[in-house]
Amino acid sequence: MFSHYMKRLIKVKSLLAFTLVFLWAAPAMMAQEDSTAQAQAQSGGDSDVSVDHGKELFNANCLTCHNPTDVPKTGPGLKGVTDRRSESWIIAWIQNSQKLIQSGDKQAVALYEEYNKLAMPAYEDFTEYDIKSILAYIDAYEPVVVDDKGGDETTVDGTATAGGEYLNLLLGGMIVLLLLVLVVLIIITQLLTRFLKQDENLDEADKEVVNQRFDLGAVFQSKAFLTVVGVFFFLVVSKAGIDKVMNIGIQAGYAPTQPIAFSHKLHAGANEVDCGYCHTGVYKGKSANIPSANICMNCHNQIKRSSPEIQKIYAAIENDQPIEWVRVHNLPDLVYFNHAQHTVAGQLECQNCHGQIEEMEVVQQRAPLTMGWCIDCHRETVVQGAADESNEYYDRLRAAHAKDGLKAADIKVKDIGGLECSKCHY
Amino acid sequence: MKNNKKYWKGIEELTNDIEFVKNAEKEFPDFLPVSDKKGNKNEEGGNSRRDFLKLMGFGMAAVSLAACETPVKKAIPYLNKPENIDPSIPNIYASTYMKDGEYCSILVKTREGRPIKIEGNTMSNVTKGGTSARVQASLLGLYDLSREQFKEGFLKGGKSIDVEKADAEIKRALQGAQGTIYIVTPTIASPSTKQVVKEFAAKYPNTKHVTYDAVSSYGILKANEESFGVYALPTYDFSKAETFVSVNADFLGTWLSSIEYSRQYAKTRKVNDKKRTMSRHYHFESGMSLSGANADHRIQIKPSQEGLVIAALYNEVMGGKQAPTVEDAKLAAKIKQAGEELKANRGKSLLVCGSNDPSVQVLVNAINFELGNYDSTIDLTRPTYLKLGNDEEVNKMIDAIAGGRAGAVMFLDTNPVYDHPRGKDLAEGLKKVALSISFSNTIDETTTLCKYITPDHHYLESWNDAEARAGMYSLAQPTISPIFKTRQFQDSLLVWSDNNTTYYDYLRSYWKDNLYKGEAGGFENFWVQVLHDGVYEPQGWEATLPTTDEETAEEVPAAIEAGGGGVDIQGDAAKAISDIRSVYKPGGKMELALYQKVGIGSGAMANIPWLQELPDPITKATWDNYLCISISDAKSMEVKQGDIVKVTANGHTVEVPVLVQPGQARGTVSLALGYGRTKAGKVADGVGANAYPFAKKNGLATMYAAFDVAIKKTEKKDQIAQTQTHQTIMGRDIIREADLKTYKDEKVFAKAMEDKYAIMIHTNEGLKKPTEISLWNGHEEEYNRNHWWGMAIDMNSCIGCSACLIGCQTENNVPVVGKEEVINRREMHWIRIDRYYSSIIPKDEIEEAKTIDGYKEMENASEDPEVVFQPMMCQHCNNAPCETVCPVLATTHSSEGLNQMTYNRCIGTRYCANNCPYKVRRFNWFNYTNEGQFKDVNYMSFTDLGKMVLHPDVTVRSRGVMEKCSFCIQRIQQSKLTAKTEKRKIKDGEVKTACQQACPADAIVFGDMNDPDSEIVKVLGIEKEVKKVKDDTELSVVMKEPRAFHVLNEINVKPNVTYLTKIRNKKV
Repeated sequence: MFSHYMKRLIKVKSLLAFTLVFLWAAPAMMAQEDSTAQAQAQSGGDSDVSVDHGKELFNANCLTCHNPTDVPKTGPGLKGVTDRRSESWIIAWIQNSQKLIQSGDKQAVALYEEYNKLAMPAYEDFTEYDIKSILAYIDAYEPVVVDDKGGDETTVDGTATAGGEYLNLLLGGMIVLLLLVLVVLIIITQLLTRFLKQDENLDEADKEVVNQRFDLGAVFQSKAFLTVVGVFFFLVVSKAGIDKVMNIGIQAGYAPTQPIAFSHKLHAGANEVDCGYCHTGVYKGKSANIPSANICMNCHNQIKRSSPEIQKIYAAIENDQPIEWVRVHNLPDLVYFNHAQHTVAGQLECQNCHGQIEEMEVVQQRAPLTMGWCIDCHRETVVQGAADESNEYYDRLRAAHAKDGLKAADIKVKDIGGLECSKCHY
Repeated sequence: MKNNKKYWKGIEELTNDIEFVKNAEKEFPDFLPVSDKKGNKNEEGGNSRRDFLKLMGFGMAAVSLAACETPVKKAIPYLNKPENIDPSIPNIYASTYMKDGEYCSILVKTREGRPIKIEGNTMSNVTKGGTSARVQASLLGLYDLSREQFKEGFLKGGKSIDVEKADAEIKRALQGAQGTIYIVTPTIASPSTKQVVKEFAAKYPNTKHVTYDAVSSYGILKANEESFGVYALPTYDFSKAETFVSVNADFLGTWLSSIEYSRQYAKTRKVNDKKRTMSRHYHFESGMSLSGANADHRIQIKPSQEGLVIAALYNEVMGGKQAPTVEDAKLAAKIKQAGEELKANRGKSLLVCGSNDPSVQVLVNAINFELGNYDSTIDLTRPTYLKLGNDEEVNKMIDAIAGGRAGAVMFLDTNPVYDHPRGKDLAEGLKKVALSISFSNTIDETTTLCKYITPDHHYLESWNDAEARAGMYSLAQPTISPIFKTRQFQDSLLVWSDNNTTYYDYLRSYWKDNLYKGEAGGFENFWVQVLHDGVYEPQGWEATLPTTDEETAEEVPAAIEAGGGGVDIQGDAAKAISDIRSVYKPGGKMELALYQKVGIGSGAMANIPWLQELPDPITKATWDNYLCISISDAKSMEVKQGDIVKVTANGHTVEVPVLVQPGQARGTVSLALGYGRTKAGKVADGVGANAYPFAKKNGLATMYAAFDVAIKKTEKKDQIAQTQTHQTIMGRDIIREADLKTYKDEKVFAKAMEDKYAIMIHTNEGLKKPTEISLWNGHEEEYNRNHWWGMAIDMNSCIGCSACLIGCQTENNVPVVGKEEVINRREMHWIRIDRYYSSIIPKDEIEEAKTIDGYKEMENASEDPEVVFQPMMCQHCNNAPCETVCPVLATTHSSEGLNQMTYNRCIGTRYCANNCPYKVRRFNWFNYTNEGQFKDVNYMSFTDLGKMVLHPDVTVRSRGVMEKCSFCIQRIQQSKLTAKTEKRKIKDGEVKTACQQACPADAIVFGDMNDPDSEIVKVLGIEKEVKKVKDDTELSVVMKEPRAFHVLNEINVKPNVTYLTKIRNKKV
């Protein structure tokens, strides 16, 4: 009978230990969950305006001159505009800014002066609802987050967040439950111990168990514990090692400081300069070309001449010393990559590989530039040229694939030999 | 018929040499020693255990360091980008190559402002897009390390000197020159440069311009002056002739405008179902030359018979017996045969002679004139200005310099101290000359003896023009800004003549004043157009025919004008005959013939490692010159290949190794010119021996032969680095050939080919053709989707010139490995020109031949073998044996018919090379880019200067990987991209492989076998048939052209390279 109690005591003790370990580990697990569910975009909000409607209007009418962020374009950046100005003022301004200025509104006149007296077109047909929707969109706007590994953009949407929250709730619930179990178990243990202590008929061995104190040191020194810790440690180190080794030469995320603080965000983003304007080779040949100083001078012999960064370009020209940029994207010599092949023949956007370059203050390598990454894309990407019936080069390929029942619009790079070694290695 | 013609690659195979048999079946020998930097062979293979540990330790450290942080790479754009240069997009400029009397209108491909490849210019009506090995390789001369000595600019006594100071000193010295001022130049074809020299001569009236060609053609020039009053070379048109007789003129290799002649010659040799005729070629010579190897009838003569052969032909053609003739009855019969054929083809024949003896050439002129060839195959109304060197004047000049009578001497691009027989006299004399200047753009033997060196630009850095042929002009333009502090020769002369214009302005104004005929659009447009085209060949032109006597009127001689129609030519045939009678007497026991090799030529470009490692088309030897000796003479003198012998003639002695050469005339030996350089640079110095001093003065001209030569065996030995003798062909039918008679009838030919070459295989279903049974599924369906690249090589057109080899080497960054490694069979060329000898054994002897493969008994026949050339590169097999054995899939198949090689996957098992039936895969045994022993020969990968020549689109391979011909995949890909972006199909001929583009004979056709309009489909008669097999359809591809065959057809690997049977036109 007593042995029965003894067994229960031991079982309870081990349960206790497990619960403790779990409780210790749970916060770490939750933190991980948190990190995967970082940025949360809020949708919905005010019920009487529509963010979607606002977005539509904004992109169609405002984006040419305004950013939804705080970066100014032709006009000011609009982030936080509702904090700066009253809603009624904004509505009046948008519907007819000139009228507001002529009426002598101080704020309006100051703004007009600040932006070189460029008049903003009047949007008299915008209703109050339209404008409020736009404002709601601006408030709700979050910059696009780019996945570090892929290069393709992923805004974390509501469903993903919901999934994360659900998991958090579940974990929280379990912790509470386990805490309760822990308390109950401690109580049971104490009860059982006290009960057994009162019994005199225990043999020596049993007595020892009953009088045993919970010895943490013994647990740490136990073989099982050491083995578990050892294996765990080994696995963690191996994983880190393997990750490190696999990442040799992979420079995704590499964003070196450049000798001149050139901002793609400003040039390609805000000012919407076409990529090919500076990268003269990008539609022509293998190399996209880093622009030479004379290309900078096309604009900067007029604009922002006094900026210390621009002064560096002047200095370079005066000293006849070319600017030594730090190369961000480094492909190994064993691979042949041609920009024109991808931008012209493949009709890909620069962002496909370079990420949202127009958002980058400092250029960062977004794609890992590994062969696996190249091949993945070649497997999935549709050949634009083949889909274009007017491109005679693909005539034979279209006919050959039609025989196999593959539509021209479905021909992928892999179908035209895009996975063959000598396409890139020679 | 089947077995009496045997092919063999070298004497070793023929005689079944013990060494050869031992190595025949091993592609890679078990153990090959590696020599250290000093060339000492290390028995432990060069690396000890300690080295290994050191290397491993270093490797580990390097890897872990490298893993810590990726090195920061800089990207440095132009500061001010030139509008027409885009990094990674090649720019191509038209220019002109002219050296040693070889002219070629070229296109220079530049990347990021540096020349990386030379191609032929198809707009030129002279060279028509052809090139030669030398033209292709001249590119590397631009990056020659020995030019680094001009980093500091002008030199005086070996020390650098300020340009202005040098100019002032030189001008002062010229003004005060006591005696004649000699300007020694090679033949100048540039009309504007001639003007510059004239202007200089006007400023300094005691100037004498001496034209000096290292290998002179004075004999022809002088004879033309005697016969027709024109001191110039005639323009030959081989394509109009049906019979050629060449006496010792290697017109396909090194004689005059060989690029041009190759194309014309090949045109007469091409056959197809519409043209079943071809020319017949007789060739008389001592040593085997490239042209001799291509001849239908090759007749061996001694150098002392050269004049007599011409004289005998003269008798034959003219009738009568006034001229002396040869005593040898067999030879006389052959001469009679050749003479009769010449007579039978009046106006459609051509006699050329490589002799530099004016008397002999006078008779040649008379014969050609008699045959009425002057209005068809020879044109002297539009002469060629490639060689104008005057032996007489050169000798006079050397007398003057040696006698201390010269006031000043200037050398432009000539090196007479090395390459004139009297070089020693000149070297001594130069010490006595007050002012000696060299314009050479590299350091050489003559330059080092000059007081001032005012280096000229390399030709790829220069402006220039050329009139290679009367009225056919071309321009040369700089393709890179000068790398070193050099100044163009013409600019130097202008400065010294106190003319302030630059040569560029001078050139333009010369063209404006003299050549511009008021074409629409003004001079500027005209100039830009000519610069773009590279050539200017106006319809109407005026010949200004040069003579040595400047007083005589420059007008077209009546005899030529009449085209041999009744007007007698001048020239004293009787005197010529008596001269020949006195000169050409039987010589000593052995006679020496001097010749030029296809790669090295005169030796001016000897410091270009590509040319040094170019296997001679005949001997397959690299990195050396050697004494070619006939098989029977070698036997009687008891010398073996590689034995070093002492050769003495004309008071000059050299020690060279012996090479036993089938086809060498008995009683003669041949030695190549252009070797034995001492001051050329690290590549050429000490390679071979100088043979120029063997040449001797014969009357007024230099004779490149010695009638009596003493040969003494020494105890020393040297191994000649030959490339093709490494394996055996095991009696397989690798070559297919037939005679024209058989080819004339389509059915007879098809049957003959079938009888001779068909191999049947026993199967359980009876006898089958090898192509009918296969282990593989084939790729035909896959290929049928878009492109199917294929190559056809016409063995009738291929003359073996090896231009393709250098073209390939340049295009694909193929490393140079040096003599030692060639001996170790580790040469890296992606394309090789296999040369097979063949000889016919009389039938009854076959029965007696008891040795394996029946080779033993051929030894007698082998003294006079026939030769076939077969370019061999990766065959891009559909059923590729290499692919199936690669354990890491480093070599795979593409859907366009290419056998791909992925270097970075290769782990170097070499299984593929072992399994390749064609032995075309080359293994990187070393890292040719950083191992010290290759520093001198493969400097293209070591130094910043050398690296400029590398093609940036092609990977430089590292140690431990296999490589091979890729069908110039980079060019295919580029053309595909261009076509895609322009939304059009690839045009036939748009993709040209480097070998195809370099070929002067159009022997290689490359194209898309899926394009029904393509040249390759037409050449091979490709027809596709879709057969129904049960439920499925099967695509089969048939080649209707009966000449088309695949090498080693019996193993059915289905190559995408197809050869066309060689047809010979022998007179039976």
